[in-house]
Amino acid sequence: MKVLQIVSQAYRATVEEQDDTILWLTQAMKNAGGELDVLLTGDSVNYTIAGQDASGLSFGDWKQTQPPRIENDLLRMMGKGVKIFAVADDLVERGLGENGLVEGVRRLQRGDIPQLMNGYDQVWRW
Amino acid sequence: MSKDKTLTFAFMEPPFESARATTVFRLLAEAVGRGHDVNVFAYEGAVYLPFAPQKQHANAVHGRDEAQENHPLPKDWVAALLADAGKRGGKFDWVNCGLCVDERGASESIPGVRRGSPADFWKMASESLNTLVIGTH
Repeated sequence: MKVLQIVSQAYRATVEEQDDTILWLTQAMKNAGGELDVLLTGDSVNYTIAGQDASGLSFGDWKQTQPPRIENDLLRMMGKGVKIFAVADDLVERGLGENGLVEGVRRLQRGDIPQLMNGYDQVWRW
Repeated sequence: MSKDKTLTFAFMEPPFESARATTVFRLLAEAVGRGHDVNVFAYEGAVYLPFAPQKQHANAVHGRDEAQENHPLPKDWVAALLADAGKRGGKFDWVNCGLCVDERGASESIPGVRRGSPADFWKMASESLNTLVIGTH
């Protein structure tokens, strides 16, 4: 079975969880033998911008030592064969061009999403 | 479980926060009622749905004591669906994401709920006719 994971919500508890929960779930299932790819839509296309730094959270004497590193998560996933797609229209609408994207992320037009979906047994939209 | 009659649901929403929980339970009840075997993977806040320490309370605004108020508790909905599926000879397998339980201290679940991982979710989905995921928004 091949599954396309669609992620549209961005930075949902990423600081508390030290990752995006759906990207984490995807990696865990991939490690368990699952066959999955990821489509980033809406605000989550911002995950494809390289060089983000979410470190520095502190409250009193408490300091976060392991902030989320979503760029590393994307690279790790692609290194294991998970394809990462991002909707180009959503990038453009947010003023995000082709420069500065995490290497290996595949851009596609919104109109090409149905064709992409055809390549999967199931599509899970979170 | 037969793949042709098995449905898997993944759900993330905690109880008492949105209409999604009620909607999911309506879908689960419908699936059980129609003779489907049902798998549930409770992810993130949804692990609190079968949390055993949930308690009813009186409601002074409503002018009702605890018994009269009879406040709905999602743990009772899970128990009811487990029992209903059992009476019908079907399967109802509720798996709580273990790490989600740990980070929330939500380990006290009602009987019949088991601890698992995303590997269980992938296995359940692979062995089902279809899978519905309902994220939190």
